[in-house]
Parts: sequence; C-alpha cells; structure tokens
Amino acid sequence: MSEVQANMELDCRGLNCPLPILKTKKAIESLNSGDVLKMVATDPGSINDMNAWSKRTGNELLSSEQTGDEYVFFIRKK
Amino acid sequence: MSDTKKMALIASRGELDWAYPPFILASTAVALDMEVQIFFTFYGLTLLKKKIDAKVAPHANPSMPMKMPFGPKSFKNIEWPIPNLISSNLPGFNDVATSLMKKTFESKGVASIEQLRDICVESGVKMVGCQMTMDVFGFTKDDFIDGVELGGAATFLEFAAEADIQLFL
Repeated sequence: MSEVQANMELDCRGLNCPLPILKTKKAIESLNSGDVLKMVATDPGSINDMNAWSKRTGNELLSSEQTGDEYVFFIRKK
Repeated sequence: MSDTKKMALIASRGELDWAYPPFILASTAVALDMEVQIFFTFYGLTLLKKKIDAKVAPHANPSMPMKMPFGPKSFKNIEWPIPNLISSNLPGFNDVATSLMKKTFESKGVASIEQLRDICVESGVKMVGCQMTMDVFGFTKDDFIDGVELGGAATFLEFAAEADIQLFL
C-alpha cells in the first residue's frame, strides 16, 4: 500500500481526539474526488475513529498501518 | 428527505469538564456528515458566552484525579489527595485546579473549548439558547456569540423527534 501516491499529507502527530478526525475532514474537503490523502497520527484511538469516519462519510480508507508509535492512513476521497 | 443523520444534544452544564462533550460530539458529528443542533439550557448557557470562563469543580468530586501537568513522568503520575477541607475552603482553589487541568489538556494535544466551539460554529452546528433560562439568569442575546438562535422546549423537541441520536449532557 505504500505504493499509493498521496496528493496531500496531513500531520496529526501529538493531537488527541477529536482533532485528527476534524483535520482529516477539512483536508479531504480541499481535495478533488479520487485524490488520496495521507494522514499520520499518534493517537491510538485514531484507528477505530478513522474506520468509523470512513464508513460514515464514504471516503475510502485504503490502508491503516502502525509503525512504531505512529499510525499512517491513506484515504481516497469519494 | 435525505438520509443525513441528525444529532440533537442538550447541554445543561457549565463546568470545564462538562463543556467538552457537547462540542467534541458536535464537531465530530459534522465531520461524519451529520446535522447537529445543540440546545443550551441552565448552566450550559454559559458555554455560549463570548468568553467562556468554565472551571472545574474538584470539591465533592471524589473521582477527579489531581495530577500535575509538568515535571518528570513519575512526578506527573502522582495522584495528589486533596482533602475536601481544602478544596471547598481555600480561596482560588477552583482556579488553580482549572489552570492545572487546562495545562494537562494542552500538553496531551487536546483542543481548547474555544477552538472546538469555533469549529462547531464554522461548520454549521445550530446553537439554540433556552429563552426561559436566559430570562432566569439575566442573559441577553448580546452576551452570546453570533449565530445563536433562541427557543424553548418545543424547538428542541421538533428537531429531536427527527434526530437519530439524542443526548442529554
């Protein structure tokens, strides 16, 4: 999945609930349909939260991976 | 009718710890493409004031941990037992506890109440002030941030009847 080319990167390291979701939402709004957003967070709750957000909004969660203390998400805008 | 989910909240408390849930839930719900209305009543009305001065009230709250927001980790993890005698009688204790909690929130990357409220306003969360409790407490619309609408129980119930989520906070 690391082959996916992101159109935008969003750094949510150090932020706690609900800021990663709110910033992701804002970032997605600035993209075009089909664009990919890469988001990096350190909040362990963001795994479930990003799943829920993707499910509700219809923006596709291409991957969510943990590397060390960081969580990396790739999202394709619907 | 669209299939947009709706959430109706009642915010009835004005302490700092109670100020968070309505604004966290409302801002997140909007991020999840929901439509949100918050009905502010009784002490919740103070969350609509231009400057929020919500404080924490440690007195008579035995479940509240008192920890320090600074120093090495071992120091931060100490729970300070604060006797009620101090928390209820020492002038300014609420202010100290409030400032400690705000510092802890900040160091944990938690948004401030003002920040979350701004996001709610910008993203179209409908804020309704309870007219009756405004009269009781002597608030006018000028005390509140722009965009607040006024209404009563019927206003809340009309929206809540169509809402998928209703919470009293």
